[in-house]
Amino acid sequence: MFDLVVLVILLPLLGVIVNAFFGRRLGERWVSYIGPGAVGLSFLVALILVLSLAGLPVDQRHHETILWTWIPIGNFQVDLGFLLDPLSAVMILIITGVGFLIHIYSVGYMHGDPRFARYFTYLNLFVASMLTLVLGNNFLVLFMGWELVGLCSYLLIGFWFERVSASDAAVKAFVVNRIGDFGFILGVMLIWTTFGTLHFTEVFEAAEKSLQSGAPVAIAITLLLLIGATGKSAQIPLYVWLPDAMAGPTPVSALIHAATMVTAGVYMMARSHVLFELAPFTGQVVAWIGAATALLAASIGVAQYDIKKVLAYSTVSQLGFMVAAAGMGAFGAAMFHLTTHAFFKGLLFLGAGSVIHGVHDEQDMRKMGGLRSSMPTTFWTFVVAALALAGIPPLSGFFSKDEILATASSQNIGIYLLLTIAAFLTAFYIGRQVLMVFFGQARSDVHAHESPRVMTIPLIVLAVFAAIAGFFNLPGVGSFSGWLGEQAGELNLAVAAISTLLALAGLGLAWLLYGRSPVQQDQRDPLAVRLGPVFTLLERKWYVDEIVDLTIARPFKALCSFLAGEMDLGIVDGFVNGVAWLVSLFSRWLRTIQTGFVRSYALAMLLGAVLLIVYVATR
Amino acid sequence: MAVSVTNYTVLSAMLFTIGIIGVLTRRNAIIVFMSIELMLNAGNLAFIAFSRAFGSVDGQIFVFFVLTVAAAEVAIGLALIVTIFRSKNTADIDDISTMRG
Repeated sequence: MFDLVVLVILLPLLGVIVNAFFGRRLGERWVSYIGPGAVGLSFLVALILVLSLAGLPVDQRHHETILWTWIPIGNFQVDLGFLLDPLSAVMILIITGVGFLIHIYSVGYMHGDPRFARYFTYLNLFVASMLTLVLGNNFLVLFMGWELVGLCSYLLIGFWFERVSASDAAVKAFVVNRIGDFGFILGVMLIWTTFGTLHFTEVFEAAEKSLQSGAPVAIAITLLLLIGATGKSAQIPLYVWLPDAMAGPTPVSALIHAATMVTAGVYMMARSHVLFELAPFTGQVVAWIGAATALLAASIGVAQYDIKKVLAYSTVSQLGFMVAAAGMGAFGAAMFHLTTHAFFKGLLFLGAGSVIHGVHDEQDMRKMGGLRSSMPTTFWTFVVAALALAGIPPLSGFFSKDEILATASSQNIGIYLLLTIAAFLTAFYIGRQVLMVFFGQARSDVHAHESPRVMTIPLIVLAVFAAIAGFFNLPGVGSFSGWLGEQAGELNLAVAAISTLLALAGLGLAWLLYGRSPVQQDQRDPLAVRLGPVFTLLERKWYVDEIVDLTIARPFKALCSFLAGEMDLGIVDGFVNGVAWLVSLFSRWLRTIQTGFVRSYALAMLLGAVLLIVYVATR
Repeated sequence: MAVSVTNYTVLSAMLFTIGIIGVLTRRNAIIVFMSIELMLNAGNLAFIAFSRAFGSVDGQIFVFFVLTVAAAEVAIGLALIVTIFRSKNTADIDDISTMRG
């Protein structure tokens, strides 16, 4: 029965095939049934599977489905196999569940787009790839999914490729992810050479048996895997692609760049937690990278004007929280935050998309304002998600973030401080966003309208989950950590009180600046007035893009143009052309022998024959 | 007086040389052609002579082949020369040098 897990992947794949080959002929109406329908059915199958998995005793919740041997080369055997266990169960429910809602929403959002069918082809392909990633039972299937989601991300960021910025962003995302993937595949290779297998269970058993804690090879493997995670999950130093990825359609940002794909790095670390637990040093590195990313991205989010950029940096920041948790060994907390984040950040993005839709493709928050009355459903759901993100109890974000903060407070006070400041900034920037978008007076003369029902219903469903998901892991109500086989984090009341107060303070500060006297049209941002150059620094994202451009991109381009110009055109082509020139010179001389006079040929033959005879005779 | 194989060989060599000189010095295609025939038949003569001297029929077989090839060659060669003469109005092989490199 658990072999049905194949169906979870096949259904979206079927959607891909139908939409890709018949989508244009079927028309928007049918595509909008097939695209979301495939994912919806997949969600149903996943739900049934997970429920029956939950019905099993704890030690039997591990089912592998092996389809065939994928790569048999000597003793290098890799199966195409799927693993259904509590961890992948959580992921497939998020992917198909949230994915289904976002597919429905997309039907409204992408209405009238000339490439409607192509959009759903890509989106279905993404869901299938992401499911392959989380269901793979070995590192290579995981890697295949990892690359496939990267491809889908590229295709969807550059979906409106007529815009140069969109296709640039797509290329940027692809290239930056390649760097991470390079580290990841090196890590996988090292796993192979160390353990002789890529199969998850075998690797982890072998690692536990043969490696000491802190073994150099464990550190090397985990550091390489970490590079992969920093690429996919947008951590320092490879986070730069994610904010630019907002050039894609907004539902794509919600699905790929908030709820699912970017959490692949966290999932991968949770999956290989046995290895990470053997390498405490890597754990430290991971935790610090996560915390630093959380703070850096939150600080940038404070000073952005683009409604999606704020959310993009917020996503980077929240991913930092998850990575920090994973680094501290709190994989249950990381996965819990991943889950709640999928709800509330997916909802925030969909809300932002609804706003953008309502104000006719305007993304600048300075030109919004006062949308509360014209877009009530969007407003209320957005507020729920915003409060969840800010960490106001009893919404979901409070519980999951607090578990991470509680772990940090007991393990590493430095990381705790970074994360707490980041949490404060989070509350501030999301408060600023809500106030700038929905409160005050309209700062431009577009007539906003509420989005159609097909878009608002997914918002409402997600809002419900964003509100209540926190109880999944509340002692006495749900045991999310226990489901994953992790210890439930204890509720640290002091930490909870501090973070709640800080969240309220952040929201209050946002209200003081943006709510008490709403920003008027053409008025400077109140925070910019107070912070001055610091605000500019934050608005320009700490000049990271400029620094990267100056230190990496430009020298690299110069090197490339040297290699393409001087090296390739000059030396390589010069050598080839020189050989050709020599040959043609020689043949030009050789050609003169062919005079066209038959008698000279005959003479040459005679002389040749004489020479031969003389040679044979005198030998 | 019995004619020895040497006499035949000398005659063959003389005929062959006359043929070569004809090919190298004459410009009329027909004459060149005839000279080539002379060279072939010089070869035939040598074959026959050695064949009889060694009591083997191999040489005679060769001669049959040479004669056959020569007949075919004459047919094609003369046809070519006639065609060339018709189009170029000359049979001078030095005038037909369009194949130079």
